[in-house]
Amino acid sequence: MNLAFEAEGLVKRFGKTTALAGIDLAAGQGTVLGVLGPNGAGKTTAVRILATLLRPDAGRAAVRGVDVVKDAGRVRRMIGLTGQYASVDEDLTGMENLVLIGMLLDLCRVDAKARAAELLKEFGLAEAGSRPAKTYSGGMRRRLDLAASLVGRPDVIYLDEPTTGLDPAKRDDVWNIIRSLVTDGVTVLLTTQYLEEADALADDISVIDHGKVIAHGSPAELKQVVGGQTILVRPTDPARLADATAILAAVSGREPESPARGVIAVPVDDDTAFTTVVGRLDREGIGVTELSLRLPSLDEVFFTLTGRHTVEETAA
Amino acid sequence: MTLTVTRPTTTVPENPRPFGFVRHSLALARRSLIKTLRTPEQLLDVTLQPVIFVVVYVFLLGGAISGSTHDYLQLLLPAIMVQTVMFGGMATGVNLNTDIGKGVFDRFRSLPIARSAPLVGSVLGDLIRYVVAIVSLLGFGYAIGFRIQTDPLSALAACLLTILFAFSVSWAFVFIGMLMRQPGGVQGVAFLVLFPLTFGTSMVAPKESMPGWLQAWVNVNPVSHVMDAARGLMLGGPVAGPVGWTLLWSAAFIVVFAPLAVRAYRLRV
Repeated sequence: MNLAFEAEGLVKRFGKTTALAGIDLAAGQGTVLGVLGPNGAGKTTAVRILATLLRPDAGRAAVRGVDVVKDAGRVRRMIGLTGQYASVDEDLTGMENLVLIGMLLDLCRVDAKARAAELLKEFGLAEAGSRPAKTYSGGMRRRLDLAASLVGRPDVIYLDEPTTGLDPAKRDDVWNIIRSLVTDGVTVLLTTQYLEEADALADDISVIDHGKVIAHGSPAELKQVVGGQTILVRPTDPARLADATAILAAVSGREPESPARGVIAVPVDDDTAFTTVVGRLDREGIGVTELSLRLPSLDEVFFTLTGRHTVEETAA
Repeated sequence: MTLTVTRPTTTVPENPRPFGFVRHSLALARRSLIKTLRTPEQLLDVTLQPVIFVVVYVFLLGGAISGSTHDYLQLLLPAIMVQTVMFGGMATGVNLNTDIGKGVFDRFRSLPIARSAPLVGSVLGDLIRYVVAIVSLLGFGYAIGFRIQTDPLSALAACLLTILFAFSVSWAFVFIGMLMRQPGGVQGVAFLVLFPLTFGTSMVAPKESMPGWLQAWVNVNPVSHVMDAARGLMLGGPVAGPVGWTLLWSAAFIVVFAPLAVRAYRLRV
């Protein structure tokens, strides 16, 4: 498989802080690489190096075989970047923002306008295109930002936490946009703090911590490592908590935890565990107000991989 | 597997088109211009402030300094035009300092354009501020009795020369803007530079009335030449010398500060 981008042994220090301690990332053409990690793990630094904004202190990175340091100009013609915060100009209209990018990418004015109109329509911003971006809602801004990184039809796009701060409906919009990009053959590097997001979009996931890759694999592989999924139960009658706990323990073969008052949760490996639990609860007549099967959270992934919680991470 | 790719109508050229630097800088200048026009309150410093300066000097101090407010106005206005436009250039540094922290500059950095293009664009776009300042100042001056004593072409030359000089000096403010962490810091340092440069001249009072050390500074201060040139071109008097010095100093400011500013911008993460 041809690699769309690759990074080998990237090291970056800021003063005494080591942001990247030798990181390897790679994605095949037309795939999505999810980079999963807590705040401060080095996700943004890695993206900034791959996007030619920063030079690594050691290691190398290339986009379609072109070195990001030696031949930054050529790399910049192949990439699109969307940062954590919307990188659009608030005083400019949606249209003006996109036309400016087009002009900077050497399109002639007519083409730049045509491309901008096309993207605004695609991203549901045709109406809003003539208004300054500062009048846009958070979701609209994020869409404009995504559109801006697509003006040049890049081969590779970097999305640095593209859904942070968006409500679930807006987040789904962004997810659909990312899916359609991949259909068009674009390679995506997606950084996120949510395993759910990486699971929904990525072909491969690299989990990073302290500037190092601590796990890499497909979402399925990764979920296997961290104990598949978690069943969560909240009995209607708190008095039945002990009975419910016994059922979960029996089905999973693990000791359930209580993440919140009146709630019990346990990781399960077996795909049929959930239906078994439902059947047993029903037979014993235990009513539930909450019953769910969910993916482990980033914190749980982290705890399994490192024995530490991400919260301690940020406090340190 | 065969992959069919429909080639879209608008594609980014594989190789850079020629004169990219000029086109990119102009596109970015347009951005800066649109921003200024859309937030006209940003132009207060170049519209209202010079008018207030003129009122204070002419009506408050003019009589005492030169015996007649009308005579004083003639001498003051060309000089205060230089000061106003230079103060206007400070805004370029302050605005860039704010601008650069925003995500949009990350995007500029990820685009195949010269590193200096966003800076050149801002400096060029801000030329509008100088034009607004001069129009506002000359309009007000005319209303209270200022008259050009040469010809319109010479007066226009005075304006253009002033703009050129301010454009050159604004690279120093851009440099300061790239070095400082906060916009307030930029303003502070810029004022420290601007005060001796603009007030250490014969702008508000004749040089002969000053102590020797100050006269020495006035003599070497580049802004003195610009003010002399503006006065010469608008009121009559020696022109060649001051104009020559102004052009020389303008070139010097650009040659020294433009590369420094671009370097500081590149180093800034």
